[in-house]
Amino acid sequence: MKTALPQAGLGARAFDFAVFAGLVLAVWQLAHVVGGEVAMTSPLGTLVFTARSIASGELWPHFEATLGAFAIAYVLAASMGVLAGAVLGYHRLSGEVAEPVLVAVYSIPKVTLYPIILLFFGIGIGAEVAFGALHGVIPITLFTMNGVRNIKPVYIKAARTMRIRPYDLLRTVLLPATLPEVFTGLRVGFSLTLIGTLLSEMFGSRRGIGFMLMQAIGLHHMDIIMSLTFLLVMFALMANAAMLVIDHRLHRRA
Amino acid sequence: MKLATKLRVAVLMGAVGLVETLCQTGAIARFTMIPPSEMASSLWRLLYAGKLQTDMTRTLLAVCAALTAAIVVGFVAGAVVHAIPRVRRTIDPLLSAYYSVPVFVFYPMFIVLFGLNDIPKIIIGFLYAVAAMTINTLNGLDRVAPVLLKTARVFRMGRAATGFRVVLPAAAPYLFTGVKLAVAYSFIGVVGSEFILSSGGLGYQIGFAYHNFDNRTMYALILFILGLVMIVNMSLHAWEKMLMARRGYQ
Repeated sequence: MKTALPQAGLGARAFDFAVFAGLVLAVWQLAHVVGGEVAMTSPLGTLVFTARSIASGELWPHFEATLGAFAIAYVLAASMGVLAGAVLGYHRLSGEVAEPVLVAVYSIPKVTLYPIILLFFGIGIGAEVAFGALHGVIPITLFTMNGVRNIKPVYIKAARTMRIRPYDLLRTVLLPATLPEVFTGLRVGFSLTLIGTLLSEMFGSRRGIGFMLMQAIGLHHMDIIMSLTFLLVMFALMANAAMLVIDHRLHRRA
Repeated sequence: MKLATKLRVAVLMGAVGLVETLCQTGAIARFTMIPPSEMASSLWRLLYAGKLQTDMTRTLLAVCAALTAAIVVGFVAGAVVHAIPRVRRTIDPLLSAYYSVPVFVFYPMFIVLFGLNDIPKIIIGFLYAVAAMTINTLNGLDRVAPVLLKTARVFRMGRAATGFRVVLPAAAPYLFTGVKLAVAYSFIGVVGSEFILSSGGLGYQIGFAYHNFDNRTMYALILFILGLVMIVNMSLHAWEKMLMARRGYQ
C-alpha cells in the first residue's frame, strides 16, 4: 500500500520540480567553477556548444548511423520478444522451463558477450543491431509472457461461449487484455536496446554517437563529451516520458 | 525434481552439446568460437597457473566498493526521501525514468575527470546500482503494514526501537531485492567499463584477448565472468528463498 501523499496542485508540483532542476544546474555550474573548463563545461556552455554542433550539421551522419542501427535492433527485439513471449505465455510448460534461464541471462553483464557477437557478425552495423537486440529482447519476452499468462481464463471462456472466431478472439479479447503488459515490456526494452546499441558503438565501431564519444576521450574534447552525453540523456528521458504516459493510460484502462 | 527443472537441464545440456558438435565438426569456424570443452579446459589452466589473480582481485574490489557505496547511499536516500513526501513527489518520476538513461555515456566524462584508474568504473558501478537500492527501499517502506506501526505505538516503542524492530524486518524482503539487483548492476557497471576502456581487470583482459585474436583466453574469461555472476546470483536467490520460507511464504 502506498502511503497517501497529500494531494498537491499542479502549480506546487511544478514549483518543486523547478527547484530540483535548479539544484541540479547549480551543482553542475559549481563543478564547472571548481574544476575549470578542462574538467567540465558549464550548463550554458554545453547548451551553446550543442546548438552550434547541431546547426553545423557535423553530427547528422553519426546520429543517422546510431538511429538506424537502433531502429533495426528495436524492431527485431520487439517482434522477436512479443512472439516468443506469446508462445511461452500460452504454453505453460515451456514458459516454466524458459523463465529462470531468461531471468539469469537478463542479470549477467552482457557486455562480456560483445566480443562473441563481433566474431560472429564482424565490426559494423550487424554487430550493433545484434547487440542492441540482445539487450532489449529479454525484458520484452518476460513482460509479454506474464501478460499472456495473466489473461483471466473467464474472458476466453466467455468468448468461446459466444462462439467467437479465432481471429476475433485475438483482436477483441487477447490483444486488448495483454496490451498494457506488452507495452511496459516495449518501454523497458526501448531503453535497454538503446544502451546495447551505444555500448557496441563505443567498443567496436567506426561511426555513430558511441564512436564519437570514444574518439572525444582520446582527443580530450570535454565539450563534445558533455554535449553528446547531454543530448543522449535528454533523448532517453523524453522518449521514456512519452512512453510512460501511454503506459499509464493503458494500465488505467485495463 | 519437477518436470520443468528436468526439462530445463536437458535443454541447456542439449544446447551446449549442439554448440560442441558444431564447433568440433567445423560448422562454426575456430576463429569464431572454440568448443565449450576447450573453453572449460582453458579456464582451468588459467586458474591453475594463477594468471587471473591480479585482474580478478582488481575487478572484485571495484565491484565491492561500488556495491557497498550503492547499498549504503541507496538505503539512506530511500529512507530520507520516504520521510519527506514533498521530496518524494518530485523524485518519484525521476526514479522511474532512471534506468532509461544509458549510464555508460557518463563514463568518458568520468575518465576525463578522474583519469584512467579504478575510480571511474567504481562510479559507473555505483550509479548503476544505487537507484535499484533506493527504489526498493522506498517500496519496502511503503509496504510496512500500518497495523504494525499502530501496534508499535500501542506498546509505546520509541522511534529507534520502531525502526529497528518493526520497520526494518517488515521491509526486509524488499531491501533484499534491492541488494540482489545492486549486485547484478554493480557487476554490469564495473565489467562493462573495464571492457570499454580501462587499465586492468577481467573486462579489460577480455578486450585485450579479443584484440589479439586469442580466442582460448577470451572464451575462458567470458565463461569465468558468466559463471561467477551466475553463482553469486543463485546463492543470493537461495538465501532469499530461505528467508521467505522462514517468514512462512510458500
